Amino acid sequence: MSGETFDVLIIGGGIVGAACALEAVRSGLKVCVCEKGVIGAGATAAGMGHLVVMDDSEAQFALTSRSLQLWRDLADSLPVSAEYQVSGTLWVGADDEEMAEVGRKRSFYESRNVRVEVLDPRQLSEAEPHLRSGLAGGLLVPDDAVVYSPVVAKFLIDRANDAGAVLREGVTVSAIHPHGALFVDGTTVSAGVVVNATGSWSPGLTPGIPVQRRKGHLAITDRYPGFVNHQLIELGYLKNAHAVTSDSVAFNVQPRQTGQVLIGSSRQFGVDDPAIEAPMLKWMLERAVEYMPDLTGLKIIRTWTGFRAATPDSLPLIGPVEVEDGRLWLATGHEGLGITTSLGTAELLVDQILGRQSQIPTAPYFPDRSLREDIHHG
Amino acid sequence: MAEKVTILIDGTVHEVECGTTVAAAVLNAGRSLFRRSVTGAGRGPLCGMGICYECRVEIDGVLHSRSCLVPCRSGMEVRTDG
Repeated sequence: MSGETFDVLIIGGGIVGAACALEAVRSGLKVCVCEKGVIGAGATAAGMGHLVVMDDSEAQFALTSRSLQLWRDLADSLPVSAEYQVSGTLWVGADDEEMAEVGRKRSFYESRNVRVEVLDPRQLSEAEPHLRSGLAGGLLVPDDAVVYSPVVAKFLIDRANDAGAVLREGVTVSAIHPHGALFVDGTTVSAGVVVNATGSWSPGLTPGIPVQRRKGHLAITDRYPGFVNHQLIELGYLKNAHAVTSDSVAFNVQPRQTGQVLIGSSRQFGVDDPAIEAPMLKWMLERAVEYMPDLTGLKIIRTWTGFRAATPDSLPLIGPVEVEDGRLWLATGHEGLGITTSLGTAELLVDQILGRQSQIPTAPYFPDRSLREDIHHG
Repeated sequence: MAEKVTILIDGTVHEVECGTTVAAAVLNAGRSLFRRSVTGAGRGPLCGMGICYECRVEIDGVLHSRSCLVPCRSGMEVRTDG
């Protein structure tokens, strides 16, 4: 391996790195992917696997909606174990203020040809009988989906591998530079393009990039088929999630194909310890029970944590960044949307590497944007 | 002579001695398949002391109840995947 030269060397075998590898090899490039653990073991395995069109900014909408299209194209070829399921997202409004947000989201989505449906309290209760009574309504986005992400990451890597990409699993990179990487075992790999796709670890390899670890807790129950039918998210989520300075929780519940119920979510900056924090878990579960009191009758069988790779403007970093002796490439900073946007990221990255025209504007995700003061979003 | 209670196992009436666990009652009724795993494999009691979770059944509407820990009560409704 030492001394071999590739067109593209991708560091990180999460779903983003895996998607980038497949897109690059399909575009005729000679690709190597390096993963320090096993494929899809980081944030890819820790997250919910919610495929969602978002409306926080035009750039976020463009990337998530393009990605959802790519997911739909991919869906038929995914294995059954990928558990791709078009469950839809149901944004839950608790009061008049949140119903005003439902109205705003509705016009945003409708004017961009995303199907949505506004639910009144009765329709909301029919759609999700275990939600508490007295909620104000909701917005259903029926074409959103869920997926079991680690299986998809493995599937993408296997296809890339079949198409000729080289996979180095269980090897840790100690340093990267514009023309290759050095591994802890002393070996090197050379490449024309080196891509840092290591999520919350990415600042360790490329110091100075604006990526922060944002810890999250999740819990999953035993199997209760039919208990919840859609991915449910409280609309207070947006206010909570955007409070970048303090810890927050939100009601965020997802039906799995097995009948299990996945319960989230929490957000914390400034914590590096992956241990479960009982007060955060308790707060998160109490928030869920406020919306779905019957959750107290379900048995949780597992809890875990993970680290999102957050950026200051909530958009990923996709493209080249100038360093001392050349340019490095980034595909990181996806925060809570990395599963959704992995496919769009791969397309944008490889388009840039090859100088191809992209389906959506690439500039909003350029890594150097965050160095500018005049960035607009949201 | 121990006191008897009557329970329903998958809709069939069974008379069991008071103090019998649901697991024992289901086994005494001649059933060994208590539940199905996520891949559809049959499962039944293993440890008999609440640790392994293999003997889960539905008891009075509560899914995933560990049958080895629950004594039979009169009128109890038990559902297995068998």
